Amino acid sequence: MISKLIEYLSYPFVRYAVIVGILIALCSSLLGVTLVLKRFSFIGDGLSHVAFGAIAVASVLKISNQMLLVLPVTIICAILLLRTGQNTKIKGDAAVAMVSVGAMAFGYLLMNVFSTSSNLSGDVCSTLFGSTSIITLSKDDVWLCLVLSVAVIIVFVLFYNKIFAVSFDENFARSAGTNAGIYNLLIAVVIAVIIVLAMNLVGSLLISALVIFPALSAMRLFGSFKKVTVFSAILSVTCAFLGIMVSILAATPVGSTIVVADILAFAICCLTAKVRRTS
Amino acid sequence: MSMISADRLSVGYDGIPVEKDLSFSINRGDYLCIVGENGSGKTTLMKTLLGLIPPVSGRVVFEAEGPGNKGIGYLPQQTIVQRDFPASVTEIVLSGCQGKSGLRPFYNKEEKALARANMEKMGILQLKDRSYRELSGGQQQRVLLARALCATKNLLLLDEPVSGLDPKVTMEMYDLIRKLNDEGITIIMITHDIQVATMYASHILHLGAKQFFGTTDEYLSSKAGKFFMLRQKGGVMI
Repeated sequence: MISKLIEYLSYPFVRYAVIVGILIALCSSLLGVTLVLKRFSFIGDGLSHVAFGAIAVASVLKISNQMLLVLPVTIICAILLLRTGQNTKIKGDAAVAMVSVGAMAFGYLLMNVFSTSSNLSGDVCSTLFGSTSIITLSKDDVWLCLVLSVAVIIVFVLFYNKIFAVSFDENFARSAGTNAGIYNLLIAVVIAVIIVLAMNLVGSLLISALVIFPALSAMRLFGSFKKVTVFSAILSVTCAFLGIMVSILAATPVGSTIVVADILAFAICCLTAKVRRTS
Repeated sequence: MSMISADRLSVGYDGIPVEKDLSFSINRGDYLCIVGENGSGKTTLMKTLLGLIPPVSGRVVFEAEGPGNKGIGYLPQQTIVQRDFPASVTEIVLSGCQGKSGLRPFYNKEEKALARANMEKMGILQLKDRSYRELSGGQQQRVLLARALCATKNLLLLDEPVSGLDPKVTMEMYDLIRKLNDEGITIIMITHDIQVATMYASHILHLGAKQFFGTTDEYLSSKAGKFFMLRQKGGVMI
């Protein structure tokens, strides 16, 4: 089994997949706590459906580098969704649901009407579940992913304390002179970048799992923001690595294997927390 | 000159006033209690003073800010989010220094020392590594009070600081706030309990149909004051 793994890892595309997978898993776990606590668990889903719609538009327009369209569109939607959280007539969850199903329907419609591909349902399926795209990454894709992930990590570390203050108590932060609006905007942009990145790994439908499971698992075990953040990052990376390995060995779809690994980790964390409480 | 003054201030949301034509002024070292029935606009007024929502009309004037005179300490009512937020006591208290640190990404030594000093003052230093969500209600309020103290040297705004606390902890909390006031920190507090307000406060602002602003003694002899004292004496909380 080990020899089989080593053989696979000698292929560059497998190595790319592992590198990209680990980076994406790391990034997506970072903002999990903030999103879960702001009651925005489903923002990942909503945004990834927007990204799906944007991909459809990009492929209909035959734009060669889809990222150029997908990333800005997703960022704009993220800003609109997170901004509307507080003071609008349509509340957070309803807005997310509206945008997500809307973009989904629009995207599929476009793909169906204008598609030139002979394997339409295959295309749609791979965009939704990310079945193959991680294995077919080009060197450019890997670089883009690398740059974006590093940017996300740097931004997160630099603004870690601000993000904490704004997610724990926005009113207090604002009264103490922190410009909460800007940090909410920053959170929106970062989450949009993460979603677009993560679509490569697990596809649009499974992104929320990547964002929320590590955070929820870590919250079962730890009580400080720092520990929760660090542990969820470690957990997410471990699960992604194991998931990719298993999917290579057992020829299972990458995205869903990673998510299953995340779910198992969550179950283990829940059990551990229970045992610790009773003992 | 007074520290904060409001001139024909109307507060509310989306241009619709909840409470109209408030005029009052607060001096350094005052202890002001804002009382009134539910829905009379107490929290709305506090949010306006904090600059979280704009006034519907009229204005709030703050004394010119000198060095070391910046920032308001705010003790908000607890939100649902905070109840299961994974954060240690130290992390929360430190976040009170956030407003001062500007764009600097991490806390410096002075800020850490300030947080420590305030935790000590509130008697929660031994809890510093504990998780906020595991603490009792009274301990949580002390944590939030320590955080507010990190944000200010001279002005605290407290929104129902004792809601949900048992009588003993409630008294401890009030004593703590009075101690802070004795040290020269100006206090503006929202409370339901008019007995407590008249016991501790130097000034009372009564919102509602019978608006009143003045010293506690004036309040006690005013019509509105007598009426509400009477209503609460029967054990009926308004």
